[in-house]
Amino acid sequence: MEPVPVLPSQMSREWAFGSLGGAGVRVAVVDSGIERGHPVVGEVQQAVAVADDGERVIEDDEGDLCGHGTACAGIIRSIAPQCELVSVRVLGAGYTGSGPALLRGLQWAVEEGCDVINMSLSTTKSKFAETLHELADRAYFQRTNIVASAHNMPVESYPWRFSSVISVGSHEEADPLTYYYNPDSPVEFFARGVDVEVAWSGGATIRCTGNSFATPHMSGLCALILGKYPDMTPFQLKSVLHLVSSNVGGGR
Amino acid sequence: MSDELKAAVAAGVVGSEESFQALLQSVVEVARAIFGAKASSIFLLDEEADELVFEAVAGEGAETLVGKRFPSSTGVAGWVLVTRQSLVIEDVSQDPRFSKDVAESTGFVPKGLMAVPLLHDEQVLGVLEVLDRPARSQFSLVEMDVLGLFANQAAIALDLLRRARKAEKVLAESGEGSDVVARLATTVDGLQDEQREAGLKLLEALDEVLKRNEGGY
Repeated sequence: MEPVPVLPSQMSREWAFGSLGGAGVRVAVVDSGIERGHPVVGEVQQAVAVADDGERVIEDDEGDLCGHGTACAGIIRSIAPQCELVSVRVLGAGYTGSGPALLRGLQWAVEEGCDVINMSLSTTKSKFAETLHELADRAYFQRTNIVASAHNMPVESYPWRFSSVISVGSHEEADPLTYYYNPDSPVEFFARGVDVEVAWSGGATIRCTGNSFATPHMSGLCALILGKYPDMTPFQLKSVLHLVSSNVGGGR
Repeated sequence: MSDELKAAVAAGVVGSEESFQALLQSVVEVARAIFGAKASSIFLLDEEADELVFEAVAGEGAETLVGKRFPSSTGVAGWVLVTRQSLVIEDVSQDPRFSKDVAESTGFVPKGLMAVPLLHDEQVLGVLEVLDRPARSQFSLVEMDVLGLFANQAAIALDLLRRARKAEKVLAESGEGSDVVARLATTVDGLQDEQREAGLKLLEALDEVLKRNEGGY
């Protein structure tokens, strides 16, 4: 059996997050790309994109086609400054190819064994749900943690609804480390998602609101925990996130 | 399709495009007013061309933008369309590429925007945007919910519009003139009392003449 850390009966944020800054943790940002050389983001260790054929995953030097991926990467880095960032660009091939590209990009990140996969996006197409579900379970069993944005509109969408991923909505407070456990499923955690100052393409910094900005806050926290406890299982990680959340035992 | 069915479909479809477009226009007008914004627009996804099309615009650009197109998966609207996630951006004009692209296509560079996907069942039909609402110290999640409600209304209108267009296309392609007959019926139906009576008499007379011809006169 692979090693697993033993969790203490009393837990503090200091025990959970420590001061290693997520060193050694590989975080994939499945999004619009990440701008290279952005001062807020710093170094991007690897950048790939799903090719137009929807199959091949190739080296990517396009940067960010929208600004959003850069924003997510900047948030993750601000919380876990030592983590490794992997940009997985699944946008840019037109709308029609976007569903298969999303699946392929996620599949690549899972096969690569990334420790955390930030997915500030979703699909409403039920034909992709089964494949996404299998991927999410596969990730969970191999200790890859998918952190996904919830929808605040009354629609069925994936992968955030799957219990094998960490799903994230927004709260309105300004502290980046304040997050709440939500016992009223399917959204599990609320993190900072309103008026967040983020990196954007063109070297810019702008203020944004949306669940897609709350998600990288949780991804950053996951990176902190996994930096300290690399052998933690997704089940343990979720338990720790719950125990040190601001409304349970985390006190902020 | 039988002639009767065709006529019935035609009667239902003709003129409905204008009504649905008016409904979309009303959605953007109300969204703009509620948020006190400078402009609001609805983009329809044209799947065949893989492009987003300005379908309704209120405020800045209302006269010039309707019908303009841009690629479906780049920029903020493209991101919202593809990812199904709502987004609020406060100082987007700081992104030089965004400013340039938008200024070229619209002639107006917003400082901030709210964008929400238009979802109907499992389909994403387009994007609703609200541009330059007055700056406040803190954005609230309540505003996001309100935008979501508008988006739902817009998505229903957009779905109806798409259906109407599809049906009109089928009728036009069937090429047997049923669309002309339906259009005539809709026009007469919309007339005031006296005019309507006169119109109906005229049509009855026409009907008689055509029947006589059919009988071999």
